[in-house]
Amino acid sequence: MGVAVYVVTAVLGTAAAVAGMAGMLGHGWHASLAWLVPLGGLALEMDRLAGLFVALVGATSVPVSVYAVGYAGRERRGALAYLVFVGAMLLVPLASNIMTFAIAWELMSLASYVLVVQRRDGASAHAGWVYAIMTHAGLGCLLAGMLLLGGWTGSARFAEWALAAPGLDPTARSIVWVLLAVGFLAKAGAMPLHVWLPLAHPAAPSHVSALMSGVMIKLGVYGLVRASFGWLGPGPTWWGTVLLLLGAAAAVGGVLYALTDRDLKRLLAYSSIENIGIILIGLGAALAFRSTAAEALALLSLTAALYHVVNHAAFKSLLFMAAGSVLHATGTRDLEALGGLVKRMPWTAAAFFTGAAAIAALPPLNGFVSEWLTFQALLQNVRLPVPGLNLVFTVAIAALALTGGLAVACFVKAYGVGFLALPRSEAAAAAHEAPVPMRAGMALAALACLALGVGAATAVERLGAVAVTLVPAASPIAIGPWRTLEVSEGFASLSTAAVAIALAGALALPLVALALAGARPRVRRYETWGCGRLLQTARMEYTATAFANPFTRIFDFFYRPVKRLDIDTHPESRFFVQRIAYDNPTRFVIDDWLYRPAGLALRALAHRAAAIQSGSPNLYLAYVLAVLLLLLVLA
Amino acid sequence: MISDVVMATLHVLAIALGAPLLVGILRTLKARLVGRRGPSPWQPYRDLRKLFGKTPVVSTTTSWVFRATPYVLVATMVVAAMAAPVLSSRPPLAFAGIIMLMYLFLLGTFFLTLAGLDAGSAFGGMGSSREVAVAALAEPTVILAVFALSLQANTTNLGGVVDRLADNPLLAANPSHLLAFAAFFIVMLAETGRLPVDNPATHLELTMIHEAMVLEYSGRHLALVEWASAMKLLLFLTLLANLFFPWGVPQALAPRPLLIGAAVLAGKLAILAVGIAVLETSIAKLRLFRVPELLAGSFALALLSVTAVFLLR
Repeated sequence: MGVAVYVVTAVLGTAAAVAGMAGMLGHGWHASLAWLVPLGGLALEMDRLAGLFVALVGATSVPVSVYAVGYAGRERRGALAYLVFVGAMLLVPLASNIMTFAIAWELMSLASYVLVVQRRDGASAHAGWVYAIMTHAGLGCLLAGMLLLGGWTGSARFAEWALAAPGLDPTARSIVWVLLAVGFLAKAGAMPLHVWLPLAHPAAPSHVSALMSGVMIKLGVYGLVRASFGWLGPGPTWWGTVLLLLGAAAAVGGVLYALTDRDLKRLLAYSSIENIGIILIGLGAALAFRSTAAEALALLSLTAALYHVVNHAAFKSLLFMAAGSVLHATGTRDLEALGGLVKRMPWTAAAFFTGAAAIAALPPLNGFVSEWLTFQALLQNVRLPVPGLNLVFTVAIAALALTGGLAVACFVKAYGVGFLALPRSEAAAAAHEAPVPMRAGMALAALACLALGVGAATAVERLGAVAVTLVPAASPIAIGPWRTLEVSEGFASLSTAAVAIALAGALALPLVALALAGARPRVRRYETWGCGRLLQTARMEYTATAFANPFTRIFDFFYRPVKRLDIDTHPESRFFVQRIAYDNPTRFVIDDWLYRPAGLALRALAHRAAAIQSGSPNLYLAYVLAVLLLLLVLA
Repeated sequence: MISDVVMATLHVLAIALGAPLLVGILRTLKARLVGRRGPSPWQPYRDLRKLFGKTPVVSTTTSWVFRATPYVLVATMVVAAMAAPVLSSRPPLAFAGIIMLMYLFLLGTFFLTLAGLDAGSAFGGMGSSREVAVAALAEPTVILAVFALSLQANTTNLGGVVDRLADNPLLAANPSHLLAFAAFFIVMLAETGRLPVDNPATHLELTMIHEAMVLEYSGRHLALVEWASAMKLLLFLTLLANLFFPWGVPQALAPRPLLIGAAVLAGKLAILAVGIAVLETSIAKLRLFRVPELLAGSFALALLSVTAVFLLR
């Protein structure tokens, strides 16, 4: 049962990827089914932007479904919800009226909710609960925004909004933008609406986490792009400023959370928040540039953001699949209980290594190219003659640079502690390599990371063609010899293909030289040097917590670390220690300042509301009657 | 094409062969400043030759990462040498800008810090953790300092920055340029493991950063790691010399200008080396958790520099 569904999904994904790519190339179509549901019926429309996201969902679901054959093929539970989940995600970008969008969006949320609570334990129930609250609060904002816009423009069809919206009052458009942005950002997991993400991603099975993090949160980005660049028309500068600052906060905050986490999948979830932040920086820059009539730069920023969307889907699904293999083999996600896997699971380790290098933005892999493009877009803010805005851009540049450095630290920790040195538990020592379908899925995603990096010029051309339908302008990116990306006529250039060749050559050179010199590269194997201690055990290794400790101390205003040291000594003499308990939990500034007060306020409000709640059906009927009368009077 | 290959070879040879000499000169200068005779400036070459002749000892705990890292490190430095304006303002990999260069160094750091964790000793992990913390905090300063330069030159391509600033000497005298220089100088000390951030001459457990991380390396591997860090130092000093004092960097690829350019570069590097030697003999190493304050200070300088550009235009 399970295997059949995953094979069907892989086939569906392939077909969707082909259809989406055709859409990206300009083969648009639309279809409608008016009688099926009320309020406008089902209506689908394929354009270039929809094509990009359909292709993204389809292409990501192929390796993930192949992987799922090995990961969950024997289980029946969750297979059908998985198929519905992928199908709904394919429908979201195609929806072309409110009704279709609401159905597809809610179907996607419900299917993913079912998958999150699948394990039926306390942790996943809690995760599902928070996820349901956040996703429905988001849906509420979305519907409010869409219905307002629909009411003001007099149409429920998206195509007519783009025509009518520029004629609306600027305040009205800004109200709608804020509502839609909150709704879409809650789905994208941007700070401070991210709380569901680090709970739901680890709770879901790994192939589902791969899709949730790789593509589902990107549909929030899709909505934001569609609303900001399509439906609402040109807006004021502060839309862009808000997104730039939110993106900078999410990027730095996300990676700081990820850096100290010892749960491998939660670390990856936090890193998704970071990458959403990078995407938002690109989108914010695009909005800010467009509002100041720098269309070409807006096009560059939007291309960079879309590129990062695609890249993140490739490397984050790869990393979640590799984390799933580790979980499958060892039964734990705790970094402090892993280690030594590079010898026991070489394929998985290689997959995770590729993903880690890509997400840490190391050349010549794909993450580097999109971060580089984002940097180039931001650096050109000097062409805007608005000093205040220049400063916002400067903050975003610094945040992006800090994020890049911290992401390297984070993934050195994840790979170094999780995969290298000696195993830290018996489960890790007894780990085995993942079955063939799982390896195949990971290999496909790893190849995508490499291809998107080395083939940067082609990817930028294709994505530029999508972005130009939203921001009509002459492209500031030219493709030079050696597939070099040339930005704004000599402002910056990059050829990842040439870098890859140069790096490969520089790597091969000493080996060739050694071989020509006839030297045999001998090494002597011996144990690790240890200051004279007798044997080496895993307890002597640096732990993930210790590795992150410098960061916990440096950013203590953010983590608010507490140290609990509890030493029991013998009653006779304080020199005989009987027990030492050490704990250093971190609390996060966002929880302390936002969610705890908000939770308390909600509880207090609920307490007040309990006053009118007697439990008597008669009284409730009276309330209904009263409200009905009130409505009749008002109408 | 031929001239590109010649230039690439020249750049790589200049960086690779010059790096040990720079380290040797720094050591000799520091020894003289504290009243010792010190080793000859050529000593690092002898050390490298000795190390290349020895069989490396590799821990049984380690994986391919540990054995690949020395080669990857050297490869990143070689590519960086081809991308940086060393002998001419038209480096062979002309397209690569400062961001590319910084991420190449991060690639080296990524491998080196992983190798530090690979042997499973507490020293290696400690060194890796500290090294990556310093590298991460240095990143924003580097980018902002270079942003200040690229604002004035209207390009992030290194050769373009050099050309543009060399054409307008007045640009190099404004406050923003000097602030950016100060910020970049501090970051250079942090990135290459010099005092007051790290002491390249110590093996004291509590203070070492870089040395702790490479403690497990020996023989040929150690030679490559040491060589790569010497190349990194030389590359950073070259960037400092050629980006902030961009005079005498030839554009043409003829032998005569190149020779003059090399001599001018050697002069600039000698001045910087004396500066570093004096600095290193006159200050003590900072406590590890004071280092972020130093880096925050350099970040503030870089931010001021960028703001100055916006205000003064």
